[in-house]
Amino acid sequence: MRHLIDPLDLDREETARLLGLAQRILDRPGDYARRCEGKILATLFFEPSTRTRLSFESAMLRLGGQVLGFSSAQSSSAAKGESVADTIRMISGYADIAAMRHFKEGAPLVASRYSKIPVVNAGDGGHQHPTQTLTDLFMIQRSRGQISGLTIGLCGDLKFGRTVHSLIKALVRYEDVRFVLISPEELRTPGYILKEVLSPSGHPFEEVRRMEEAMPRLDVLYMTRVQRERFFNEEDYVRLKDSYILTPEKLALGKKELAVLHPLPRVNEIHKQVDEDPRALYFEQARGGVFVRMALILALLGLEPHILKEA
Amino acid sequence: MLNIDSIENGIVIDHITAGRGMRVYELLELHKLDTCVAIIRNARSSKFGKKDIIKIEGITDIDLDVLGFIDDHATVCVIRDGVLAEKKQPQLPQRLVNIVKCKNPRCVTSAEDVDQEFYLCGGEQHRYRCRYCEQLLDDGK
Repeated sequence: MRHLIDPLDLDREETARLLGLAQRILDRPGDYARRCEGKILATLFFEPSTRTRLSFESAMLRLGGQVLGFSSAQSSSAAKGESVADTIRMISGYADIAAMRHFKEGAPLVASRYSKIPVVNAGDGGHQHPTQTLTDLFMIQRSRGQISGLTIGLCGDLKFGRTVHSLIKALVRYEDVRFVLISPEELRTPGYILKEVLSPSGHPFEEVRRMEEAMPRLDVLYMTRVQRERFFNEEDYVRLKDSYILTPEKLALGKKELAVLHPLPRVNEIHKQVDEDPRALYFEQARGGVFVRMALILALLGLEPHILKEA
Repeated sequence: MLNIDSIENGIVIDHITAGRGMRVYELLELHKLDTCVAIIRNARSSKFGKKDIIKIEGITDIDLDVLGFIDDHATVCVIRDGVLAEKKQPQLPQRLVNIVKCKNPRCVTSAEDVDQEFYLCGGEQHRYRCRYCEQLLDDGK
């Protein structure tokens, strides 16, 4: 039995097959509409996240399956002090697959060790969010036809933004990817990502402070939100939240085929006028996340063979 | 020169980097032993100038992973019947299980009753990350 806890739990070939399946589902959703009949997905959300939870639930419902779960720790038995290990042991008897979001980093890994059903990490604190990474890769591939050979700009909160860290780790597995890391000094990419991931990969990367400087050479621009909850100090948040706003003027400096992505939700880092630009793909990216999760559910349940290797 | 009696049966951990002797003592939980244990700090060393030494009477086996984690330069001499029976060199372990604790308050290990696990990170030697939250271990070594 396989789980998805870390974005790198799937190797490059498995990722390619999974994204290929997601594309086939997107092209012909009717062919998959009853593939999960009789199956139940448990959404165990110890921390609220409407978007991710609905995306998982939509994925299962579109496959003809059913969902159950809870959307905050208060409404779960965790409020009574139940351990993650005991919760997943119990859920293993109620559902066929589980998506878990937890405020404690590493909780889905603990769950996977005690679970009798596949566990998907739907976000653990500031740590990992592997289905977001797969969603990001899917949109890059759909928009640019490939992932290798691209110049990818990552902009905004590169220090606390877990989606960025996971995406970098996933992207270094592809050939000839060049990274442009665009952030204010205070929100630079952590040293360990530079030293342990980017430098050993041999992929060229540069850190720049101004979005305009990087824009003309980018194939993909991945914007991120400066998240209030990652700051201990309100003043720092207020000072930095508007640092890197994508406006139509800045976007005009970009290539015609540039893909602008964002994990969402957006606050104000992308001006609303940018939404009308055909290069603004973030809402399509979010829609694609449902197909990625459908593919993942099918693969983890073993209903679509030859996507994942045996555990 | 301070004299400590030689031991008949036991272990001498030699060549401990000066200043790390107490850490070895703590993590090997030598305070739990009721046999004779001697810590010698800042002993003269021809190789390193000074070193720490620990002599433990009555046991012939210790957790080499713990020792390798704290100081992989140390040497373990097993003494049987008053003579050196075996010499062991600890290695830097790939994994640490229940040796040190993760200090990240957001880590699941702060709330759940699970093994404390760390893995040796690639690239930079002597650096470990928590298996659960991947926070770098800062053990103040």
